[in-house]
Amino acid sequence: MAEAGYPDELLYHAEHDWARVDDGVATFGITWFAQDALGEVVFFDPPEVGSSVTAGEFYAEVESVKAVSDVIAPLSGEIVEVNTALADTPEAINDDPYGDGWMVKVKLSDPDETTALLDRDTYVAGL
Amino acid sequence: MTAPTLKRTPLIEEHRRAGGKLVAFAGWEMPVQYAGGIRAEHEAVRSAAGVFDVSHMGEVGIDGPDAEAFLQHVYSNDVAKLAVGGAQYAMLCNGDGGVLDDIFTYRLAPARFLTVTNAANHETDLAWIRSRAGGFDVEVTDAADAYAMLAVQGPIAREIVQAIADSPLPARMRAASRIVLGHEALVCGTGYTGEDGVELLLDPEHAPAVWGDLVRRGAVPCGLAARDTLRLEVCYPLYGNELSTGRNPIEAGLGWACKEDTGFVGSDAVRRARADGTAQKLVAFTIDGPGIARQGNAVVGGGEVTSGTMSPTLGVGIGMAYVPRERAAVGEAFEIDVRGKLRQAVVAPRPLYTKETDG
Repeated sequence: MAEAGYPDELLYHAEHDWARVDDGVATFGITWFAQDALGEVVFFDPPEVGSSVTAGEFYAEVESVKAVSDVIAPLSGEIVEVNTALADTPEAINDDPYGDGWMVKVKLSDPDETTALLDRDTYVAGL
Repeated sequence: MTAPTLKRTPLIEEHRRAGGKLVAFAGWEMPVQYAGGIRAEHEAVRSAAGVFDVSHMGEVGIDGPDAEAFLQHVYSNDVAKLAVGGAQYAMLCNGDGGVLDDIFTYRLAPARFLTVTNAANHETDLAWIRSRAGGFDVEVTDAADAYAMLAVQGPIAREIVQAIADSPLPARMRAASRIVLGHEALVCGTGYTGEDGVELLLDPEHAPAVWGDLVRRGAVPCGLAARDTLRLEVCYPLYGNELSTGRNPIEAGLGWACKEDTGFVGSDAVRRARADGTAQKLVAFTIDGPGIARQGNAVVGGGEVTSGTMSPTLGVGIGMAYVPRERAAVGEAFEIDVRGKLRQAVVAPRPLYTKETDG
């Protein structure tokens, strides 16, 4: 597993999700804390491209050996891409939660929602 | 955080030092996994050796001139066939044939037996066994605090234990007293992983030293999660999943551990179930495609999943489920409602994993 860490440049949702926003499109994933709590991920069930997601609601499922867990969307919008590589290598969510373990890309419907997310220090203080 | 009222095994400090993730299980604070992760633990048992702390399991001593006749009355198997030094699997049934627990019994002497119970059922088993003892000249003893229990499992498990034992270890399904690392232990050729190995019942005071030595000799500490994936690959039932008072041994596929002619408590109901067949049967399955079914997921058309996981060895979703008996044949396809999504499953031969073809 990856070393514990929380990159400065990301936005965080208190349900242990992160977003990287770039020109109206956000990449979503789960934090180091979330993957550590889940344990070894064995299956990622992605949403369909074109479906919409709502901030604070679940959009995907991630399963570890131990349990199944909903993944919460930190922001609202339309899914424009899913990380299809996770079908074969779901363990990337453990090994590289902020890189190869990304889950979906979302065209944001309300970019102002980012103001409701947490910066790194605020999120880490809540762990 | 874990509540302070949970019981702890004598190995709690060993678990902490090994990075064990401690969780509440059946009233005990137990390691679900260690720092290396579940898959590494599972793989260690399939390819080399792992050691499990199963001290949460209970023990009941049954002694006295009527011990055999008494156990013949309360246990489902034919206790008269259990020789001194042997081990036998049986059900503890209620009068309706419902399963109160599944148990292993060792015959230590002609009139001395030791039964291992599931942690969650130990108190009720003990009360039930005692309640049936009227008229028999037996003493029923709660021996749970007298023993720590370590399961050493895997292709080189025996080799590791043999190196610290005073004489050859008992064979599979046999039990014998041995000196292990200088102290007396009951060594049993049993386990819950589908691998060769032994289980050690020993004085709790000596458990940390034995644990430490086994680990130094290469046995990988393994937690409850790996114990579950290992047992599920070989389709061993787990009480609370496959077994309950609402199920009888016949529908669970455990008729082989029931000898109705002994007249055990519940034998009439078991005999009827065997003769008439049961509405549902326990089957093993694999998931065809992605996803994992979990305990409690409904089988479309009737039945439910009792256990489900991703098989670390096979790399597919596996599990066990009760399905209508007319759909229980190997090769039958069925659907499972996994949180609103239908997953395709196929009834598979038991066990799901065998050493000959996969090992």
